[in-house]
Amino acid sequence: MFCKCSSSPRLCLGSAMATSDVKLLGAWASPYVMRPRIALNIKSVSYEFLEETVGSKSQLLLQSNPVHKKMPVLIHAGKPICESLIIMQYIDEVWTNGPSILPSDPYDRAIARFWAAYIDDKWFPSVSGITRAQGEEAKAVATAVAIEQVSAGLVVLEEAFEKCSKGKGYFGGEQIGYVDIVLGSFLGWTRMTEKMNGVKLIDEAKTPGLVGWAERFCANNAVKEVMPETEKLEEIAKMIQAKFRAPPPK
Amino acid sequence: MADEVVLLDFWPSPFGMRVRIALAEKGIKYEYKEEDLRNKSPLLLKMNPVHKKIPVLIHNGKPICESLIMVQYIDDVWKDKCPLMPSDPYQRSQARFWADYVDKKIYECGRKVWTTKGEEQAAAKEEFIGCLKLLEGELGDKPYFGGEKMGYVDVVLVPFYSWFYAYETCGNFSVEAECPKLVAWAKRCLEKESVSKSLPDPHKVYDFVLHLKKRFGIE
Repeated sequence: MFCKCSSSPRLCLGSAMATSDVKLLGAWASPYVMRPRIALNIKSVSYEFLEETVGSKSQLLLQSNPVHKKMPVLIHAGKPICESLIIMQYIDEVWTNGPSILPSDPYDRAIARFWAAYIDDKWFPSVSGITRAQGEEAKAVATAVAIEQVSAGLVVLEEAFEKCSKGKGYFGGEQIGYVDIVLGSFLGWTRMTEKMNGVKLIDEAKTPGLVGWAERFCANNAVKEVMPETEKLEEIAKMIQAKFRAPPPK
Repeated sequence: MADEVVLLDFWPSPFGMRVRIALAEKGIKYEYKEEDLRNKSPLLLKMNPVHKKIPVLIHNGKPICESLIMVQYIDDVWKDKCPLMPSDPYQRSQARFWADYVDKKIYECGRKVWTTKGEEQAAAKEEFIGCLKLLEGELGDKPYFGGEKMGYVDVVLVPFYSWFYAYETCGNFSVEAECPKLVAWAKRCLEKESVSKSLPDPHKVYDFVLHLKKRFGIE
């Protein structure tokens, strides 16, 4: 599979901070891996991207994340940090020279964390629900129910966008922030789900704010290079669907 | 201007207990409002329209939801008294990691222990004890997860101690026998008033669990 993102060290974008040893273990297709990449881009921190092979877990991954054995893992000066939300907060707290990712006001910070948790724990699982419905017996009904759930969630997120953005372009205001990255990292998979199921989830009629936001997010300098192409994600999705359809092993 | 702090809660909720402990540690005066989860108040539904769950902290009229977020908020706002999070970014990331682990594992595993039986329960018990042992390993020889003083992870985990008796009785096992250091840690935390006044009597929790089992037809 052609990989858009090279695994050789990225060029430093001229940060005034001394660049310590920063490595990121991940895979180009994973939305969770995309998050720390965007965060590091915002902070102009150069890092070495260590691409995991599909279907297997490297020794380094298993050693750095023995509890969950999952990516992404950020390794900074030899020390591992796991879980994408935790990694983003770490990046924000270490590299204080660059633009902030989380809001500075404690209440706004709590709201940002709330929406990140909602997106991760409630909304994105409902998107995956559409793909899962394809493997079910009453496929049409299951798909319709799944789509309704996703749409209802998007209406909630549209309202959140109105409140958080306060008329500016992003959840974070003038610049992309924590919630933008959390939701935006799922855009690739959301678009892929739309395409494969012939459905519009983020649409002008119900969620005009999010439509504009999505375009802005994907065009952002910190995001462009690391957003996977929808076509490449389709290939992966087809593999996953085939797995769901396959008869259970005897 | 005095701060107005209200906590919408439900007495057996370990998530609510976390917030009670954090508020007590910081010496914050607040109004405690008990919710009837089968008849949620208009205030709760207004303050947490997305999840409609407790606990909810209302600070000067503004709601904060999700217990981990609430504890971090309390630590951020009342930062000069008894800090719960470490100041070093790496240590903070580790504290968040273990709090996240507790959230992902302890409640769900514990719930499976009292809601299942037979083979399913045996598997749940094994998983639950495995999780506690991992946490015990993380504690090591420190008096608290936070080091010399109670910190974020202590506040996040210790509420589940009030549920141990219920898990043990339903599952017929002893947490102390499997994880003596962890139980010693919990008792150490309970020596603090902020914890002892925030956790309910484990026997009351067990009675509550029996009542739930009856209501949901669980043997």
